[in-house]
Amino acid sequence: MTVLDWMQLILISLLIGGGAPVVGHYLAWVFTGPRIAPERWIHRLIGVDPDKPMDWREYAGALLFSNALFFAAGYSLLWAQGRLPVNPRHIAAMSPEVTFNTAASFVTNTNWQAYVGEAQLSNFSQMVPITFLMFVGANTGMAALVAILRGFARSGTAHVGNYWDDFFRFFVRAFLPACFAMALLLVWQGVPQTLSTTVVAHSLEGGSQTLILGPVASLEAVKNLGTNGGGFYNANGAHPYENPTPLTNTLELLGMLTFTASLPFLFGRLTGRSRQGWALFATIMILYALGLGAVEISEKGPNPLLAPAGIAQTTSPLQDGGNTEGKETRLGITQTSFFSNTTMAATTGAVDAAMDSMNPLALMVYFSHMWLNEEPGGKGVGFAGLLKEAILAIFIAGLMVGRTPEFLGKKLEAREIKLAALSLIVTPFTVLLLTSVGVTASFGTSSMDNPGPHGFEEVLYAYSSGNANNGSAMAGLNASTPFYADSIGIEMLLSRYLPLLPLLAMAGALARKRIHPVTAGTLPTDTPLFVALLVGFMLLVGLLTFFPGLMLGPILEQLSLMKGLSF
Amino acid sequence: MKREKTRFSALGPAALKKSVLMLNPVTLWRNPVMFLVWVGSVLTTLFTLDFLVRHSGEAVFTGLISFWLWATILFANFAEALAELQGKAQAESLRATRSDTMAKLVVGDEVRLIRSTELKKWDQFLLSPGDTVPTDGEILDGAASIDESAMTGESAPVIREAGGDRSGVTGGTRVLAGELRVAVSANPGETFLDRMIALVEGAKRKKSPNEIALSILLIGLSLIFLVVVATLPAFSSYFKTPVSPTVLIALLVCLIPTTIAGLLPAIGIAGIKRAFDANVIAKSGKAVEVAGDIDLLLLDKTGTITFGNRQAVQLLPAAGVSREELARAARLASFGDQTPEGKSVLALAETLLDDHSPVSGVTPVPFTPQTRMSGADSSEGSFRKGSDDAIESFVGHPLPEDVRKTVTGIAQSGGTPLVVVCDKRVLGVIHLKDVIKPGLAERFKRLRAMGVETVMVTGDNPLTAGAIAREAGIDDFFAQAKPEDKMALIKKEQDKGRLVAMSGDGTNDAPSLAQADVALAMNSGTQAAKEAGNMVDLDSDPTKIIAVVEIGKQLLITRGALTTFSVANDVAKYFAILPAIFIVNFPALGVLNVMKLATPETAVASAIIFNALIIPALIPLALKGVAYRPIGASALLRRNLLIYGVGGILAPFVGIKLIDMGLVAIFTRMG
Repeated sequence: MTVLDWMQLILISLLIGGGAPVVGHYLAWVFTGPRIAPERWIHRLIGVDPDKPMDWREYAGALLFSNALFFAAGYSLLWAQGRLPVNPRHIAAMSPEVTFNTAASFVTNTNWQAYVGEAQLSNFSQMVPITFLMFVGANTGMAALVAILRGFARSGTAHVGNYWDDFFRFFVRAFLPACFAMALLLVWQGVPQTLSTTVVAHSLEGGSQTLILGPVASLEAVKNLGTNGGGFYNANGAHPYENPTPLTNTLELLGMLTFTASLPFLFGRLTGRSRQGWALFATIMILYALGLGAVEISEKGPNPLLAPAGIAQTTSPLQDGGNTEGKETRLGITQTSFFSNTTMAATTGAVDAAMDSMNPLALMVYFSHMWLNEEPGGKGVGFAGLLKEAILAIFIAGLMVGRTPEFLGKKLEAREIKLAALSLIVTPFTVLLLTSVGVTASFGTSSMDNPGPHGFEEVLYAYSSGNANNGSAMAGLNASTPFYADSIGIEMLLSRYLPLLPLLAMAGALARKRIHPVTAGTLPTDTPLFVALLVGFMLLVGLLTFFPGLMLGPILEQLSLMKGLSF
Repeated sequence: MKREKTRFSALGPAALKKSVLMLNPVTLWRNPVMFLVWVGSVLTTLFTLDFLVRHSGEAVFTGLISFWLWATILFANFAEALAELQGKAQAESLRATRSDTMAKLVVGDEVRLIRSTELKKWDQFLLSPGDTVPTDGEILDGAASIDESAMTGESAPVIREAGGDRSGVTGGTRVLAGELRVAVSANPGETFLDRMIALVEGAKRKKSPNEIALSILLIGLSLIFLVVVATLPAFSSYFKTPVSPTVLIALLVCLIPTTIAGLLPAIGIAGIKRAFDANVIAKSGKAVEVAGDIDLLLLDKTGTITFGNRQAVQLLPAAGVSREELARAARLASFGDQTPEGKSVLALAETLLDDHSPVSGVTPVPFTPQTRMSGADSSEGSFRKGSDDAIESFVGHPLPEDVRKTVTGIAQSGGTPLVVVCDKRVLGVIHLKDVIKPGLAERFKRLRAMGVETVMVTGDNPLTAGAIAREAGIDDFFAQAKPEDKMALIKKEQDKGRLVAMSGDGTNDAPSLAQADVALAMNSGTQAAKEAGNMVDLDSDPTKIIAVVEIGKQLLITRGALTTFSVANDVAKYFAILPAIFIVNFPALGVLNVMKLATPETAVASAIIFNALIIPALIPLALKGVAYRPIGASALLRRNLLIYGVGGILAPFVGIKLIDMGLVAIFTRMG
């Protein structure tokens, strides 16, 4: 690594570490401070009572109801694309399965794209259904998390907050202003924001090229700040109009972490346990940093199979060394590693390089991030998942201090464990069962372009991405077939709501429980020892669940590469 | 009490027989993880038979796997059966003492002799000296001295009498002196002992809350591994590497947490039995479990922290009076005093004077509420001892300055001053004080290290209470407490989220015992107290509650440690089995065969044999429990994580490798 690499590494790390507590504390004010006027206007406009306390069932009901409406609205608008305005190129509607897949994908904050944005969506669709779903999907996750946090903070009540209140507080005071500011910064860096659709460019060779334009900056802002990841263009963040400079690259990856990495501090404020917040932040950052290190090492290394072809893969004054295939030279390896590790860790799914061309070790990191999905994971739900892992880790290890386990003073009993386990098993069930169908059935294998472990990884990746509500793809797999579009569409919906509902139910159970005071016999959960335990537990359970996939995918590919074997 | 330790050789064959009977799938269904193993065992047995019929060479490998799968279940059953039989053997040894006695049943005006087993609740029976108490009961009339050594191992007889807080008699004890009329407190089969036997009996046993939660987690993990194994054939077919159902079953059994699932019932039963080893009968598994969670321990001062009575510890003469003169006066003033305090003054004075000869020519003057003094009249004058104000009115003038100072000093230190006079002359002061039982301070320190706060409850004034609390090393005290205050105190602490433990014996204690999270009732106590508590101490030792807390913690630690160990073990088993499946088609995966196991078959067999053998290897630990040390939660976690977590990851690598080497040796010898 060069000095420049180290400088970027240190600078960005400092920005993350310094910014997260500030944003977290701001969010605490957002959720606990007095309501402001625009929020009241919205409540009055849509006719909801933001003061009505909800128990977990009412909260979950409101969440599901609103999401069903969002899904229906998104689906209808996409379905009607051909008949709607702001469509000068007269783009027709997509196939029903892809329309379903897209609406499911964007309402669940996944942003898996079974379509090509610049070719299949009008500017209206990009602005209205797509951007709308990007906002509400991310907002939903955030509201759910705040309800879950209240379960830990409260005692002796069944109420976990008011869904509409939480939803619009975050939207009005944090999400919308941040997106607005981010869009302006992106426009300053050259990202287009226009209603015109094409521009003709004349190249140096004298040829001409029609470039698609549109309201890119606004979509790009919410794409990253909302850990959405669905790009305006098919090339996503690798496209120069989405991500023109190393500065936008940095801004975008910081955008993905702005709200997600700050959640431990929101948690610290809401529960009055700031040390615990720091411990959870450390857990997230350790896993994030492990991934970053591995990706950087992996991609700075050469692809052994290219060596016989005489391709120079070492760093020189003229070029960045390592596995540069599929990467943008304007960004370089380190920026790409940072971006891709962040997009996978925060399960955004935006990409600024071809994931299909990454070395197997980097792919192993991406798989791990999707399976864990909690470092920091998608907006709100990622952190809720981390709390679930903490509960399970404490339940097993906490017994070893000689008390029935408790977390933040709440006793963990059969109900909590049942709900946490329910939430935990969704990932292995959806990912493994669907992958097993994908790699064996003819309608699954017919979409595969690569044989051997790489082809296997592409299918495993697709379902891992859908499950993690990540949305990135390895490509090399035709995912717009009815089988993949429908199965991934259903998987995204199941993987969004099935793990979330048990956690909301748990919040309901926890909110009722007494908070036990800390004694010398209580397991401290804000110490380095606990962080090590939690990281170890997450890696162990993840490894045990996905060892076959890991072995037959990236590990087999890496070992074969080292022996010079291809498939 | 010195109960015979039941030897393994005595229980082993019975436990073995029971574990075979427990192979019944209907029984196993209670333990879903082991039920999965049972399904696997049946399937592999069928495969083996099929291979045998078809004379296939695979019969050896499949048969070997099948054998070890059955062994896995048997080992788990054996652990549970052994724990159950141990617990029952102990209870039976107690019950044996009471089954064959005769009872003098009162029917109207006559008394009839019937077998003790025929006694019903509320029946009344009579006891005379020499009788063995036929069953547990509550004294209605009379008082008696009773030898409880058969139950408690304590050789000194105890007094049990009607009406007070010591009105309970226990089956199997013997009346030494006195006549009693007793009401039977429980129907046959419903005594505390019977209830405890039910607690350790597998079929009737109710899982404790934490055990239920843990079982749910184990089921969740098993479901995950079930889907992992179920999807593996699809993956392997994509890689064109067929995998045999036997290997899949072996992998599944290795991954699901069989070790902890197999030992879980035994751990719970052993916890109840350990309480029983300490002569505590727990009424539920939950009670033992909650004991580990206690935040606050309420202790009565009298009888728990201090010996029941105040004792003279010091004689402080007034100015111009010699110590001998004061001692002589104190001795005379206490000569006829039969109260424990009076006797202790006499004993102290006689030790100081080294004179134990009888006193003659004195007329004792007993204590009356009016005079609030006691003493004796002799030719030398009227000797009196009493509280300072009583003495002042007796002598008719204020106490001398130095004596007044001594009196105040003693009162401030929490003691009780008794002023001694001869006629009008003030001779000095006797310092009476509560004597704290030895060894308590260390036990309270240990409790503090466990995170348990101790609170002393007493009717004394705050000054006295504070002094005793300080001396005994108690964290806090609640002075001038009335019986109903204890209940309020428990509720207040529980509202703060704390779990409260207490011990008690009286009928007044019953509501508080019912309210407390862990309530240890004294066996000598009233029936009401014993019903309200969730544990009964046969030794009637109120400080036993401290041991109970440790037993609870030990139970939970054992459960957590073995769960951690069980899950951590999976890593090595994965590394043994998965590469073995794919190595034929993908030699590059040989790198993952870190243990360098000989062949794919021995690799799978070694993993499954290790998985089976680890259960009996851990039975002693499950029954004895992981040692608890009050070193603070963090240190304890670090220690146990290292041993059972990191150790759990490493140990099977060594174990599987050794078994593989053994298998290779056996197969080479067999050719």
